[in-house]
Amino acid sequence: MKTDLIKPYGDTLNDGIVQLSFTLPVENGARAKKAAELYVKKLNFEDISVVHAQKIAEGFTCFMVYAKAMPSIDFSKVEAKEAEFEHMDYYKINAMIKEEFGREIIAVGATIGHDAHTVGIDAIMNMKGYNMDYGLERYPEIRAYNLGAQVSCEELIKAAIKYKADVILASQTVTQKESHISNFSELINQLDAAGIRDKIVLLAGGAKITNEFAVKLGYDAGFGANTLPSQVASFIVTHLIKLKDAMAQQTMGSA
Amino acid sequence: MAHIPLLPEQIARVKDLASQIAGQVQYFINDHSSLSVERTILRLYGVDGLAECGAPLPNRIIDLWQKNGDVSSGISSAFAGAMLTSDSSAQKTAELIAQGKLLLNKHTKHSTASIKKKEKELAQNAVKQLAASKDRKEKKIEQVPLPIQPWRYLIVATGNIYEDRTQAESAIYSGADIIAVIRSTAQSLLDYVPYGPTTDGFGGTYATQANFKIMREALDKASVEHGRYVRLVNYASGLCMAEMAACAAFEDLDVLLNDSMYGILFRDINMQRTFVDQYFSRLICAKAAIIINTGEDNYLTTTHAVDSAHTVTASQLINEAMGKRAKLTDDLLGLGHAFEINPEIENAFLYELAHAQLARELFPDAPLKYMPPTKHKSTDIFYSHCMDTLFNLASVTTGQGIHLTGILTEALHTPLMQDRYKSISSVNYVFNVARDLGSEIEFKQDGFIVKRAQQVLDETEVLLNEISTVGLMESIAQGSFADISRPVDGGKGLEGVFKKGSNYSNPVMDMLEFVE
Repeated sequence: MKTDLIKPYGDTLNDGIVQLSFTLPVENGARAKKAAELYVKKLNFEDISVVHAQKIAEGFTCFMVYAKAMPSIDFSKVEAKEAEFEHMDYYKINAMIKEEFGREIIAVGATIGHDAHTVGIDAIMNMKGYNMDYGLERYPEIRAYNLGAQVSCEELIKAAIKYKADVILASQTVTQKESHISNFSELINQLDAAGIRDKIVLLAGGAKITNEFAVKLGYDAGFGANTLPSQVASFIVTHLIKLKDAMAQQTMGSA
Repeated sequence: MAHIPLLPEQIARVKDLASQIAGQVQYFINDHSSLSVERTILRLYGVDGLAECGAPLPNRIIDLWQKNGDVSSGISSAFAGAMLTSDSSAQKTAELIAQGKLLLNKHTKHSTASIKKKEKELAQNAVKQLAASKDRKEKKIEQVPLPIQPWRYLIVATGNIYEDRTQAESAIYSGADIIAVIRSTAQSLLDYVPYGPTTDGFGGTYATQANFKIMREALDKASVEHGRYVRLVNYASGLCMAEMAACAAFEDLDVLLNDSMYGILFRDINMQRTFVDQYFSRLICAKAAIIINTGEDNYLTTTHAVDSAHTVTASQLINEAMGKRAKLTDDLLGLGHAFEINPEIENAFLYELAHAQLARELFPDAPLKYMPPTKHKSTDIFYSHCMDTLFNLASVTTGQGIHLTGILTEALHTPLMQDRYKSISSVNYVFNVARDLGSEIEFKQDGFIVKRAQQVLDETEVLLNEISTVGLMESIAQGSFADISRPVDGGKGLEGVFKKGSNYSNPVMDMLEFVE
């Protein structure tokens, strides 16, 4: 069995060097620094240097620490998947929709629950897009409905049915008290109840959302910070083609 | 301070256009009131607390009053009549009404003159309380001086007012001059002001009068300890603009986010509702010496920060004009703008300097509110820290008023104590090492910055001309700002707007509008 043991890298392979920064609720001083060192030791680090200790409030000290990490990890056993699709540009995506579907793709998006942040959904859906990459509204072959923030799951599903959506994009920026997990889960449950989960592409987005997290919850993909609209559009098209082909095969099978 | 030479005639023209635009909206405002304006009158008359059903007492009274039918006369005279009948305080009277022991519309036995007299007494007392807040703040500032500008503005957002207090004390220890308590997510859409101290907010802490008091007391203590007056900020924008202003004035808050345009565009609040609410809210701020902050910075989060720079300037001019109609003086106009240009654009910093200096030139006496990068902040916190450092340099060089400290973890989470500390360290460093840079340099007369500022002003003038032709409400409906379009009759809260009847009375507003 091939193994591939790795450790953090500073300037020499397997030196294990890690930089840490944290705050302890104590006044700065020799004991505080020692406490920081001992704490990092408890975390199983070696060669610990507390390089900086700064009082940041009454009774609070912030530390910067360099230390060597001891454990290794077998990289060959690590599994995680990015959303699998070819990243295409605006023109290619539009051309492909035209060719494969001969109609507009309909996308409905919203920030769900009480979350008032539109920054994520706007970056993907608004005309202007993000970082010089056009948003879905700009795509002639995509009809995009951005419902904004604080949209309940019922409203989102209602809109998706009304507009005959191919895709639902749900966004969550606030992750305090894990509110994003309950909101995303509620959406899935309600889609199941409405009987349309399998008929649409369902995407989760937000600064702290990973593809792995989204897939685990039952979404088709998840997109985190710095995602470009064209990446999302590429996934949508690729996935819709897969759905279409699967459907065609089913029909053939039953024929 | 280095200057960009702008033609005084052109400045006069854009200010005149903005004033015309504000004037058109004012016609609408003068003819209307809203249920939240009426609730504010009750608060200013002395009604507070909760009804037995759990709703805030001002809401309960207004609900009952609405059930009587015609609201066009306003609550003031009906409530004054009820007070004459009960012969007790506003609070006691409101409690009796909420308990069903006293009716709001059965006070015809009192003469119109005696009701008017009672209203006048209540209104005078209300205005006196607002003025007293201004006096208290001035006294505190005599004892511990205001720091020099740009004022370092730090946010706290734990959801728990007591934890916020700890975070605020830490921020002040590191140099904060202003503490803003971020509101709980979606509070702007609540059509009431929550009550009491709270510990259960999401993404922020509920704005309540009790929470205001807890934080203001902590800041008073810290101001004395650190030898500088630390200002307190909260948020009025939303469905309760005027009520928030009243609660804030009672607790001596210094700054309120107070911008109907923000509510319309980013919270989908109905524009008729929020223009009406904003006017009364700002009159209260003017009397209590609360600085308003406006939200133009947000426009650049949904549009291109270079292409849309003139929409920020146009909105600032309109907000200034609307503010002046509500008796706000220059020192209370914290007009907003932002450092949001994509860092991949070459010379982005020169554009930023041009935009920041343009705002400074147009509003020389306003404590401009300058927002740090947010849209292009990276999850690479070290890179984000560098972006903030340049923002700090632009701010001190162009002499901004209220410096919203950028946080290196902006793209990740509400700030941890250590995030806040590191961010303010950069502000302290840059403000200190470049304190007088702005007065040492000159902008090249035919250089990039001067030309860019002129271009933005020219585009602003074109836009203001268009807006003055169709009117502000129609312009918003057409998507002139932030690439967002909101219909005149759409959005939240329209049902709370009503046309004033011929017998409408709001003596507090009358007194606040009268400035010697």
